[in-house]
Amino acid sequence: MELMSQLGDGFAVALTWQNLALALMGCFLGTIMGALPGLGPSNGVAILIPLAFTLGLGATPSLILLTSVYYGAMYGGRISSILLNIPGDEPAMMTCLDGYPMAQKGRAGEALALSGVASFVGAFFATWGLVLLAPQLVKVALLFGPAEYFALFALAFATLGGISSTNQAKSAFAAALGLGLAMIGVDTQTGVPRFTFGEVHLYDGIDFLVAIVGLFALSEVFIFLEHRGTERDISNRPRMEIGRIVPSWSMIRSCIPTMGRTTVLGFVAGVLPGAGASLGSFISYSMEKRLVDREKTFGTGDPRGVAAPETGNNAAAGGALVPMLALGVPGSGTTAVLLAVLLALNITPGPLLFTQNPDVVWGLIAALFIGNFMLLAMNIPMVGLFTRVLLVPPRILMPIVAMISFVGIYGISGSSFDLMVMVGFGVMGWVLRKLDVPLVPIILGTLLGNEMEVNFRRAVNIADGDYSVLLSSPLTIILWTIAVVGFVLPIFVGGILRRRMRMTKDSEGSTVD
Amino acid sequence: MQLTNIRRGLTVAAMLVCAPIAAAAQDFTPETPECIAPANPGGGWDFTCRQVGKTLQDLGLIPSTMQVVNLSGGGGGVAFAEVVNKRNDENDLIIAASSATATRLAQNAYPGNTMDQVRWLGSIGADYGVIAVAADSEIETLPELMEQIKANPSSISIGGGSAVGGWDHLKVLIAAQEAGIEDVRSVKYIAFAGGGEAVTQLLAGSLQAFTGDLSEARGFVESGDIKVLAVLAPERLEGDFAEFPTAREQGIDAIGANWRGFYAPGNMSDAAYDYWVDRIATLYDSDEWKTVMENNGLAPLDLQGEEFQTFVADSVQSIQELSREIGILQ
Repeated sequence: MELMSQLGDGFAVALTWQNLALALMGCFLGTIMGALPGLGPSNGVAILIPLAFTLGLGATPSLILLTSVYYGAMYGGRISSILLNIPGDEPAMMTCLDGYPMAQKGRAGEALALSGVASFVGAFFATWGLVLLAPQLVKVALLFGPAEYFALFALAFATLGGISSTNQAKSAFAAALGLGLAMIGVDTQTGVPRFTFGEVHLYDGIDFLVAIVGLFALSEVFIFLEHRGTERDISNRPRMEIGRIVPSWSMIRSCIPTMGRTTVLGFVAGVLPGAGASLGSFISYSMEKRLVDREKTFGTGDPRGVAAPETGNNAAAGGALVPMLALGVPGSGTTAVLLAVLLALNITPGPLLFTQNPDVVWGLIAALFIGNFMLLAMNIPMVGLFTRVLLVPPRILMPIVAMISFVGIYGISGSSFDLMVMVGFGVMGWVLRKLDVPLVPIILGTLLGNEMEVNFRRAVNIADGDYSVLLSSPLTIILWTIAVVGFVLPIFVGGILRRRMRMTKDSEGSTVD
Repeated sequence: MQLTNIRRGLTVAAMLVCAPIAAAAQDFTPETPECIAPANPGGGWDFTCRQVGKTLQDLGLIPSTMQVVNLSGGGGGVAFAEVVNKRNDENDLIIAASSATATRLAQNAYPGNTMDQVRWLGSIGADYGVIAVAADSEIETLPELMEQIKANPSSISIGGGSAVGGWDHLKVLIAAQEAGIEDVRSVKYIAFAGGGEAVTQLLAGSLQAFTGDLSEARGFVESGDIKVLAVLAPERLEGDFAEFPTAREQGIDAIGANWRGFYAPGNMSDAAYDYWVDRIATLYDSDEWKTVMENNGLAPLDLQGEEFQTFVADSVQSIQELSREIGILQ
């Protein structure tokens, strides 16, 4: 009950006109920043820091503004994924897989509204998780040493085959390519630069955002240029239909179990520092596909394939606040920026934050609830507006996409080298699309490969080169078991299924003869 | 060489009579003051630029808003190369730096660049290093920890937030050297992505000790989760931190300060250089900056102009020696 009164106090802090206005502004700006390729949540928050400082805001109002941007960007990322097949940020990547096919089928409105609801569910329950479980969850984070992290990332890779249904070998190739790209940069465990060719710009490695914008956004532009004036020109294609805007209740209902499961998965992934929202949305999607995709509809515009990653990444966004507030350890890039803001505002996150600055914590949590409702209220009516993007002819839309990509990337790093890297990735994406190689595993390989490698080496280093440390705790054994089962089972089950299908086909064939 | 002499002469003159500082400062006024943060928004360098820019403006020390430009890449190397190659003559420009900049310069991690290609302006404070263990550890003092490393190096894994050869690693090696550990390469250091991650692994029991900055450890010390064995400061710090023993008083003469400060383009005019040195010195002495330092856990480190230049040169020198010893530098 004490909890409720504290939360009540929090609402008292958050429910002032100024704070509500800030939350509204943050939600709106965040949604837009999330939707623009090249501007993700972490940059969105970082860009607004000076604004918070120049406005002379106190600790709580600043945090309310910045976390609204954070939640807003997590909502917004899905918009361009669904409409344009260009993820607005890393966690929204998985939403492309089913969101874009849905839009192509003329169900863009439904996909947007459904993903808005899914985002709300994920974020809403994750915020409750933050209220009720934060102190206990810290203990979960402490169960994960380097060996456990390695097992967790191995598990993520083992389920990688799940995400692209077409050709497993190509998806493995793409993941390997991503792993290779992850090697670029100074190796933290030895201090030696790898694959940098003496180029100082490469010392920090490849920025995921640069890679994503190049691979997805620019390659789309290249494809458009290539087909311009030919019969495959997308301008000549019949306009995509927008379809109904409010999803049917039966569709939402069919997604409820998916949302329930992925809220938990995403939240836990968010709580683990270093895993974050990308892992949350990825694991949510691939696990859900393994669990419920019996008719092989995932990847072709299954509403559950839209709901799963969106619930997962928004739940992870809430989860990532747990280690940030309770341990002072950022669980994702964005929380790292938020952490820096907290420090600048003279608030030391850590075990004592909940007792030392209860007004900040509970005000923030109340703001998250308010922001979440605002975002839902803002996003559902705006679906109609967003879908107008599809009515914009490609010859106008594509130059805009290219422009936003360049401005976005240059705006973050201020380096023209990054622009060249982005163009390079654009060309690579174009070639890979021609070869029908899926692009998502490349980013996942880069994103997860780095963490997987350093945790492997940390674990073995700590154990003085004894590899048995990788299986030394019950948790590692559980994770490895899931990984192996998740990898092996579909091979056998898939084989049996195929055989059965062939048998039925054969028997059908014989009757025809 | 001649230039250095002139500069030295100017500084001496400035030190003899106070007035010339003000006079020199008036000779030059930046039209568009700009600060390059050689990292993405949100990091330490970014905050150095923004906090200093904001405070300078609040105090009326600069005529207009300080424009902060983020130029990330190569651990600051991209910005360093840009300044040296393209913006070497600019007078309105300052660039945020820290111990990490000196470390990378010392280890030739900015290919082709050296510290004397730019002019070092001054420091705005330092974050002293700490060596800590979990609260339930049996180790109580720094010498005890060092004894155990000496007896069985593989039994102690020390984690920190920088890469191997980075500042968090070097700090613990400086202490190990002072404690008489001959082969510092035997010290087992595990690199993490940030101090917070390393502390978490200390609490999770994967590590036996932590090396980092005081500000990183602060929250966990207050909550009683970790025990600070030593602060790597010349003398005990003020305020809440006074209870922590220094390494020096335990007989290990190791000092490790993660300083924050600025450098300027190598061909900046002397008038502009003096202007910026003067502004940073005035900022440093202000009450407003005292508050910022307190809020950010920065300890005093008051070095400007020539003194700062020498300080950076010395630290580059000693980091180079240490890096050679551990094999980071051939």
